[in-house]
Amino acid sequence: MSSPFRAEAIMLALLALAGCHRETRDYRSDAMKAAERGAAFEDNAFHIAQGQRLYAWMNCAGCHAHGGGGMGPPLMDDEWRYGGRMEQIAATILDGRPNGMPSFRRRVTEDQAWQLAAFVRALSAQPRQDALPGRADEPRNTEPMTLDERKPIRPVTAKSDDASEE
Amino acid sequence: MTTPSILDKIQSAAGNDGRHGQLISELFSVFLVVTLVFYFLVFAFLLWAIFRRRRGDSREQPLRAILAGWVGLIALGLAGLTTASWVFDRRLARADSGPALEIEVIARQWWWDVRYADNDAHRVFRTANELHLPVGVPARITLRSSDVIHSFWIPNLAGKQDMIPGRENDLSLLPLREGVYRAQCAEFCGLQHARMALDVTVESPAAFAAWRAAQLRPAAAPAAGPAQAGQAIVTGRQCASCHAIAGTPASGQVAPDLTHFASRRTIAAGTLPMSRANIAAWITDPQTPKPGNNMPRVPLSPAELDAVTAYLETLR
Amino acid sequence: MSPRDLPRDGPELTGKALHARLEKTWGRAPGLWGWLSTVDHKEIGVRYIVTAFVFQALGGLMALLIRAQLATPESGLIDPDRYNQIFTMHGTTMMFLFAVPVMEAMAVFLIPLMLGTRNIAFPRLNAFSYWVYLAGGILLWVAFVLDVGPDAGWFSYVPLAGPEFSPGKRIDVWAQMVTFTEIAALAVAVEITATILKQRAPGMTLARMPLFAWAMLVVSLMVILSMPAVTLASSFLLSDRLVGTQFFNSYEYGDSLLWQHLFWFFGHPEVYIIFLPAAGFVSEIVQTFSRRPAFGYTAIVLAFAGTGLLSFGLWVHHMFATGLPRLGYAFYTAASMTIAIPAGVQIFCWIATMWDGRPKFHTPLLYVVGFVIVFVVGGLTGVMLASVPIDLQLHDTYFVVAHFHYVLIGGAVFPLLGAVTYWFPKFTGRMMSETVGKWNFWLTFVGFELAFAPMHWLGILGMPRRVYTYPAGLGWEISNMLSTIGAFVLAGGVLLFVLNALVSMRRGKVAGPNPWDAPGLEWATSSPPASYNHAHIPVVTGRVPLWENREALPVVHGLRVDDRELLLTTVIDARPDLREPSAEPSIWPLVAALATATMFVSSMFTPWAALVGAVPVAAALIAWFWPKDPNVHPEPVID
Repeated sequence: MSSPFRAEAIMLALLALAGCHRETRDYRSDAMKAAERGAAFEDNAFHIAQGQRLYAWMNCAGCHAHGGGGMGPPLMDDEWRYGGRMEQIAATILDGRPNGMPSFRRRVTEDQAWQLAAFVRALSAQPRQDALPGRADEPRNTEPMTLDERKPIRPVTAKSDDASEE
Repeated sequence: MTTPSILDKIQSAAGNDGRHGQLISELFSVFLVVTLVFYFLVFAFLLWAIFRRRRGDSREQPLRAILAGWVGLIALGLAGLTTASWVFDRRLARADSGPALEIEVIARQWWWDVRYADNDAHRVFRTANELHLPVGVPARITLRSSDVIHSFWIPNLAGKQDMIPGRENDLSLLPLREGVYRAQCAEFCGLQHARMALDVTVESPAAFAAWRAAQLRPAAAPAAGPAQAGQAIVTGRQCASCHAIAGTPASGQVAPDLTHFASRRTIAAGTLPMSRANIAAWITDPQTPKPGNNMPRVPLSPAELDAVTAYLETLR
Repeated sequence: MSPRDLPRDGPELTGKALHARLEKTWGRAPGLWGWLSTVDHKEIGVRYIVTAFVFQALGGLMALLIRAQLATPESGLIDPDRYNQIFTMHGTTMMFLFAVPVMEAMAVFLIPLMLGTRNIAFPRLNAFSYWVYLAGGILLWVAFVLDVGPDAGWFSYVPLAGPEFSPGKRIDVWAQMVTFTEIAALAVAVEITATILKQRAPGMTLARMPLFAWAMLVVSLMVILSMPAVTLASSFLLSDRLVGTQFFNSYEYGDSLLWQHLFWFFGHPEVYIIFLPAAGFVSEIVQTFSRRPAFGYTAIVLAFAGTGLLSFGLWVHHMFATGLPRLGYAFYTAASMTIAIPAGVQIFCWIATMWDGRPKFHTPLLYVVGFVIVFVVGGLTGVMLASVPIDLQLHDTYFVVAHFHYVLIGGAVFPLLGAVTYWFPKFTGRMMSETVGKWNFWLTFVGFELAFAPMHWLGILGMPRRVYTYPAGLGWEISNMLSTIGAFVLAGGVLLFVLNALVSMRRGKVAGPNPWDAPGLEWATSSPPASYNHAHIPVVTGRVPLWENREALPVVHGLRVDDRELLLTTVIDARPDLREPSAEPSIWPLVAALATATMFVSSMFTPWAALVGAVPVAAALIAWFWPKDPNVHPEPVID
């Protein structure tokens, strides 16, 4: 390959790494280890979008609003009471948590819980910028997620614990 | 995985099984005749131009006169066709008037949420992916969409109307022949646009009344055995988050109503014909016949699957 | 040195000496650098045409995949996700990357030659336009290969294509590709308008201009008026998807129908933008091969203008099923019917030219005959679809697919193939094989009819569009199978055409300047033309200059030969008016196009790219427009 084409080939290869994962639509994910599953769902635009639908259908907004929180804690900030990694969020959804988070194990399938987890992470702009969903077609007064700044995940400290009691 | 072809041409604009469809077919015949005449004229002129034996002199002047005449003829033809179109449009509008059966259809990706309205709230019921209409009785269908643009189209009965989120359209029908017809979404709505069909049954008013009465009844309690175990699973687990079965605790609103599921002709908006085997196949893996649709694979053991299938079969 | 001392073409400087000097001035550097920096309209035109045909082949491949899938019911050949990308790519490639660009490309090559000028107006913009077009096409196709191809149809209706229902970057790619191609199309339209209005040969009044030039004038104005609508629409869509605006969100007082209005306000003129240049081709071919000037020149020009004007008032006929007020629909029905009148006038005039002339049925004229036979069917099914009740049954069915393929393939591709055959000697200096051409025509014609005629029936039988499969038992199987067979035959025809072209480029019969004995000015140049087109600028005394002046073409003298100079004439009467410098080859259009492409592509991922990316674009534009030496001899008046 002459040199201009070599450069193109490298560019294409890099693009391939960037493009493929985000855009794959996997409708039937088979059993995978938890951490691997997290990775499969995390930066995938399709799964985040499905999670967005499920968020509406399962009425998560009933307690969490559109991420701003209400009866339940906000989901778009950087505080994670029970952990902010994919498998932790999925566990929160499936098993429920103390202080009022119900268990959805018998309400959603595991795959759906992972999709919801991916969406929840998207609420605080954790996934890659180009996989984040845009606004939904509904009345909204929150900032679109593509414009969110990434918030780092950090463990809950005593100080931030007080701050969250609002 | 095909819908049973009970009748030939159950999805055809040439079916002429409804008043609106008949009027449109008549109009189409008018258009066909006129356009064929014009095509014949053009084609004849073309053939003449190709095969004519030349005599050397140019016939510019007569050609100009003929051009003027041709323009006049086209204008006349188009005016006639426009008038015909207008006349039939008014006839179609007149066919819309009068008291009618009120139905509301909300399109979702990729199924039809059908509600039969009534002034008496006790006589309102909800079904999915099917429509029953009494023959000779006008029906007025209110069309809405909950997500993207779909289009409601029963070709045998009438033209189509789009279902646009944020807007309410309506469509009038006047079925004139009993039969079973197949309707299909007619606006590209995403991955499974191809598998968004609607089962339409036009029947005698008596049969319709019987069907309606059956639809108003809640789901019967199943006899002891696998069906009862199935009911426990369906109402207690993931199914109830999305599906509703009147008479049970299951009251999810985002998926098709299953109260009289087994009385339908197909599963999943025309994807599979209704049968015990297909019910089991669908529940085991909805993503193979209709990849990308919103029903997840619910993990069930073979015994649980058996129970659930048995229960769903009782929902007639 | 006074203006009188500058070396100019004239009685003293002519023939081989003139050729040498003009070549030196108008030629370009050899090698890659010269190729990248050329502003010669012929080179750029050929590049554009070849690229457009490559995209046609890719789009055609998509069509074959569609037909392979639909040949049988419940075929599991292609999964729905890929299928949706494939049919979207088919439509998008054909409409945005082939149909409009190839017509504009033919104009870019032919118009300056036909008008007797040395180069197109704004030559560097021409080069820029090509690179931007190429970048847009590459963006779309690389995305498709990477599973990021758009999948919501070529017209991408919202809310399906909106932020909620089309996750990922697929639709962003589509919308940005639209921006690329619209910029390219607008640029070419502006150049062609300027060239036609100001650079015609002396004596070529508007009433003597070739019919193809009239068609391109109308088309260019249509492009300028309609393209902004789609650029606006795609910008709104990108904005909704990336920035969170609510243009198309009906829950926040936006409207999904806004998309349809904006898109179809462009979309309907777009199809006439594709058809009218083909009508121009037909006018030229019919004239040459009937061996008489086109009958009804004035009528044809009025028909072009009428079509162009009327086409802006039809767009709602794509929206008859959306539930807008019926009274409003009536207006669009009437307008959609009315546009059949100019079409009918043109058809009559072309056939009358053949009737009254002494036609020779070489391949280009065969394509014209095929065009008439096919296009009129498409026009008549269009008249049917203009009626609201009929449209409510047939909208979004295969009947519409049949209709638009009849008017697009019959009305644009057939004339295009005829035109490429006709002007092939001008492009390459050789003739395409006549025997293969005739076989080619029949193969293409038969394949086309077999592929698309059954679709009328399918639509009436209730088959909707854009379905990746269909059930057995509805009576659709035979028509679909026939259609698939026809599609492959048609593909064979197109392949044969390409092979004919490629082989003829090397081994075709060498052509002189005017192998068809045609009347237009482009046939007064060599085949292929020299870099400077005409050695002396010709003077035109009628509509068919080479037939009126068989012995020698009158010319004007006096253009400089040591620097690039064009003759500008007045708009209506084409009296010599000004001498205008023409741009030298420059690498800045390519650089600007690269900077623009980078800015657009990266703005799909972050809004900051629009700001940051504007800097290299501005730098490239500054370099491009850097003023030349002001010490140029001013010569505003022709003496």
